[in-house]
Amino acid sequence: MFDSADMFRAFQPHRGKSIVLVTGTSGRDWGDISEDKSRDLTLQGAMGQTNSATLGFALAQPNEKVVLFDSEGSLQMNLGVLATIAGKKPKNLFHFLMDNECYATTGGQPVPNASEINYAGMAREAGYAATYEFDNLEDFTNNIEAIMKQEGPVFVAMKMVPKVENEPIGRRVRRPQRPRAETIRVLQAELGITVA
Amino acid sequence: MVQQQAALLRPETLVDEFKKNGVTHVVTIPDSETNYLYELMKEQPWLDIVPTSREGETFAVALGLTVGGKVLVCVIQNTGMMESGDSIRGMALDAGFPLVMLIGYRGWTRHGVVTDSAARYTETFLHAMGINYYLVEQEDDASRISVAFEEAKATSRPVAVLIGDEYHGFNRT
Repeated sequence: MFDSADMFRAFQPHRGKSIVLVTGTSGRDWGDISEDKSRDLTLQGAMGQTNSATLGFALAQPNEKVVLFDSEGSLQMNLGVLATIAGKKPKNLFHFLMDNECYATTGGQPVPNASEINYAGMAREAGYAATYEFDNLEDFTNNIEAIMKQEGPVFVAMKMVPKVENEPIGRRVRRPQRPRAETIRVLQAELGITVA
Repeated sequence: MVQQQAALLRPETLVDEFKKNGVTHVVTIPDSETNYLYELMKEQPWLDIVPTSREGETFAVALGLTVGGKVLVCVIQNTGMMESGDSIRGMALDAGFPLVMLIGYRGWTRHGVVTDSAARYTETFLHAMGINYYLVEQEDDASRISVAFEEAKATSRPVAVLIGDEYHGFNRT
């Protein structure tokens, strides 16, 4: 397992002009590391659905590289999305999975079949163009440049150190996050998109 | 006295309505009675079909497409709409973008008693979510689809079109 903040720091130099979306507890680290917030997009809003929303955006903007850092708890709620994505074959979509084997935000309870399930295997058999698995930072760092040059849809499963939150919601220190509407407005201005 | 029979809703009419309203994508799970509509949509070079694995996905994919500047319509059945409650809440209502959803009104009849609970809860569900809707049963009703698009655009909200004719015109072989 490796740390999500370290993983994001290794990814950042290879981001290029990619549009980046994140989910889950691990995803919160990205806000501190991203060097191009105008191309960070939030499409969270319903349980396990950010991956489907990311597909929609990737299909709408096929000339933009779209990178999703998904979480395994989220993916398990919407496993059919692997077939949905594979079926549409978006060449510009990079689907990273941050797998900490638990629901970190609710106290660390394990997700179903947490340590034995093979997400990269599922993505591969669903029909992704390429799949990868990493359980340490060094291998990830050594491969990320080549991965970002692949044709999508690419799936990258990563074992992440859980950052369990066990405080009652009201006592948690919240990291400020940009509201969804703001990220949408800024990105649409950046790309010159008008809602028809 | 000669009684004129109402014309069945034609799938071609639906596709014409999509084109008229600038639709670029249909996000859908086909239901058992709409195979001809699906085939017809596939033939349109200006229309991209996004098949999803579960209805809840349709509203998330729809949000992504909308944010990316496309015009879409969700085509699902009422059973799937009810399955999509959280997605409709978080990805459609809360997002504040126009969205038209065509909902196959399984079990709907204006004759006799509605026995299918899928039909019984459809309008109740839409009322609970605060989503306005239009019933389209026959060819003469089809212009309501454009009304739905105009309303969605004017209000930046989801608007539903209930297709109450699914057992007639949509499943030609």
